Amino acid sequence: MENVNRNEQGYLTDFSQWTKEVAQEIATEQEIGELTDKHWEVIEYLQEKNKNEEPLSIRGIKKSGVINIKEFYALFPGGPLKMSTMVAGIPKPKSCI
Amino acid sequence: MGKTKVKKMLFILSKATLENVYAAFIMANGARMEGIDSEIFFTFFGLEAIQKNKLKDLRVATVGNPAMHMPTMLGGLPGMEAFATKMMKKEMEKLDMPPVDEFLEILSDSGCKLWACKLAVEMFKLKEKDLIDELDGILTIGDFYGQADVDGCQIVYI
Repeated sequence: MENVNRNEQGYLTDFSQWTKEVAQEIATEQEIGELTDKHWEVIEYLQEKNKNEEPLSIRGIKKSGVINIKEFYALFPGGPLKMSTMVAGIPKPKSCI
Repeated sequence: MGKTKVKKMLFILSKATLENVYAAFIMANGARMEGIDSEIFFTFFGLEAIQKNKLKDLRVATVGNPAMHMPTMLGGLPGMEAFATKMMKKEMEKLDMPPVDEFLEILSDSGCKLWACKLAVEMFKLKEKDLIDELDGILTIGDFYGQADVDGCQIVYI
């Protein structure tokens, strides 16, 4: 983790430094706990969206078919999109919705 | 977001014009997205936003709204409100803003509590079946203040 560059809010500034180990360390630090298969599924979805430069929103999560909103909040407590994107190593979404 | 002392946001929505309803919804949802608790208390005309047969037909106010930049007389013409509403909904869809019914679902799933005002429900002679299924209950304003019993709570009237 010492070699991973993060901004003042904790987001990775260089996605190439992201590994599953880094994700787990951030999850532990943010009190999300042990990442489960469902977490990884969401992380993959977010990374794919980010790669295609598609904006992330809670409405998008609802339509994703990967996870519903209730589960999403339960998996990533304390603000699901901002927490999950931090774990996924991608920038925090700028959208208000 | 950095650190904030705000832990809970309570909104009182008293109007049913589209711009006010969306203001409440976006702020309540935005709070949940930041890990802040939120609740909405629908009172008076705000109740239209949670009435099954009315919530899809909320409109923008074209009269008495200087920001519409049209003469009040013109805003009062038949069809003007519907036209302005259609235009605004189109713009909102472009920004991926959900329609009212879907937004209520998102709010409820996100853990935002939705309350109807008891006095207003009685005044408009509404039954529970007239209101959305996602509703968490019908409260008096006193009950609603009880929901504010935490540090870092803010109440916003819209």
